[in-house]
Formats: sequence, C-alpha cells, structure tokens
Amino acid sequence: MSSEWPLWEVFIRGQHGLAHRHVGSLHAPDAEMAIRHARDVYTRRNEGVSIWVVKAEDITASSPSEKGPLFEPSNSKVYRHPSFFDIPEDVGPM
Amino acid sequence: MTRDEALFEFALRMGDTALILGHRISEWCGHAPVIEEDIALANIALDLIGQTQMWLGLAGEVEGRGRSADDLAYLRDAWDFRNLLIAERPNRDFGHTYMRQFLHDAYAVEMLGELTGSAEERVAAIAAKALKEAQYHLEKSSEIVIGLGDGTEESHARMQDALERLWPYTGEMFADDAVDETLAAESIAPKPSSLRPAWDARVNAVLGEATLTRPESGFAHLGGKTGRHTEHLGHLLAEMQWLQRAYPGATW
Repeated sequence: MSSEWPLWEVFIRGQHGLAHRHVGSLHAPDAEMAIRHARDVYTRRNEGVSIWVVKAEDITASSPSEKGPLFEPSNSKVYRHPSFFDIPEDVGPM
Repeated sequence: MTRDEALFEFALRMGDTALILGHRISEWCGHAPVIEEDIALANIALDLIGQTQMWLGLAGEVEGRGRSADDLAYLRDAWDFRNLLIAERPNRDFGHTYMRQFLHDAYAVEMLGELTGSAEERVAAIAAKALKEAQYHLEKSSEIVIGLGDGTEESHARMQDALERLWPYTGEMFADDAVDETLAAESIAPKPSSLRPAWDARVNAVLGEATLTRPESGFAHLGGKTGRHTEHLGHLLAEMQWLQRAYPGATW
C-alpha cells in the first residue's frame, strides 16, 4: 500500500449557470476528504458554489505527440466556423 | 448577579474558549502533516478568531467600560480568562488535536444551536453566524476522528490515548453555575447541563464508528469558567500577547 494519498483534480463552479472549471489539484485519502480539502484550499475567498473532484489517474488525456493528427486537420476548415451568416441587427451580439 | 453581569461573563466564556482554542490550532500553521491539512487547520483557527471578535466585542459592549475585543484579548492575564480548560490543553500530536477539536465541536454545535433562539438578539445574531462554521468544523473533526480511530493499529492507539487524556476536561462543558442559571432564567442561554444528552448521542455515535471506547470516568476538571486555569494557559498567553505587552498600542 502506498503511503502517499492519491492526487485529485479539482473543478469549481464559480456561480450558477457557469460550467465547472479546473482550478488545480490536491492530495486526499478519499473523495469526501478531497471535497473538504478543495473547499479549504480553493474556495476560501468565496470562489464557488459547487465542487467536483476526480482522481487524477481516472482522467484519460490526449497525448501531446498526437497533436498533429488530432488537431491540425481542423486548421484549414474555416467553413466550420459559423461566421458566414448575416445576423439581423436587432438580434444583437451572439 | 444582574443580567448584564451574567451576560458579560458568558460572552467572555464563549469568546475566550474560541480565542484560546483558535490560538492552539494556529500553532499547527506550517507544521501539519500535509499542506491540505495545514490550510484546513488554519481555516478553522481563523473561523474561531472571527467568533472571538464577535463575543469579546459583545462582552466589551455589555461591560460598558470602553474595552474593545482587542483589549480583552491582549491585556488580560490568565486569571481573567474564562475559557473552558479543554481549549488550553496542548496540541500534542495531530490526532490529539483533532480529538480535542471533535469533543469541543460537538458541544459548540449544540450550544450555538440553542443560542440562535436567544432572547438577547445580539447573542442570537452571533450564534447564527458561528453555527454554520461550527457545523463544518464538526463534520471535519468527526471524519478525522473516525478515519484515525478506525485506521491503523498505531493511529487507533493514539486516538484512544487522546480520548482518555481529554475526557476529564469534557465535564466542564456541562457544569451549570450562577451565571448559567441567571441567563437561563432570562432565556438568553441554555443551561449547559441541558446540552449533555445531544452531545452524548453524537459523541457515542462517532466514537462507535471510530471503534474507540468511551471512558467510563465521570470525573471532571472544573475552573476554567471562573478563571482557575492549568499551567498551560500562561505559556500560551505569553506567546499570544507578547507583542502588545512589549510594544503597548502597537498597530499595523
């Protein structure tokens, strides 16, 4: 058994209606303690209304070395941006 | 004893217990086993110091001699402090610190909960604010007592030892005296003895889950509420007050 607590990634929702944002990571023995630690470390200045924690090892990340095949093909496809429509003025900013 | 004399004493008891316990916990700052717990303890200490400002502010107001919360915190000597003795017990190890915190928090939640219905509205207002903090402290300290009690052989033994060392200091939380009788008659504060059944139920539940054995002794050290303290308080005050004592009136 490892004597180190596992690493948890912390996500905080700043206010109702916004999405949770990744704010950092911390160590904790289990999920409940990770929430408490997150509360103490990341919401001391009234930053949040909701906390998610997830074990860092449970996150599957894309590999930096695959950056080319993953992302470059979309570079040249400007027609995927919805910027070719005429927006009536009274709609306002979208 | 008049109503205001009793209220002054009571506000000192609440404020001093929060102040001394808060200072004790702040001694962990930079020394906790992991940084997350270091921050958690500092947060609890800050909550308690915040409660101190409210209670000692009220005490100064009720006394009416122009003493501020700071004057009361920094310019009284040990015999004028009215904190429960359990608050001044030394930290020892991390588990001992959290056992002390848990035994205190279980009491604070009951006391503050009753005080939110106080006939004295300044007391009710302070209690309403402090109660939310105390509830969080209790959840946190309960979890740690359970985690370490029901943990390894080493952590279990340390928590049982902490429980036995601190147990004789729990009885003082429920000992009524003339101040309590006066305030209970005015519906300002509950009799401390009335809080005991709820405290017992909570403590038994958490100790059970923590696989710890509740000590059977009913012996209680008394004196904190009337200014008779253990030798530890003077040392704590020497550290807490030295700057104001060495440089009177210093501010920043």
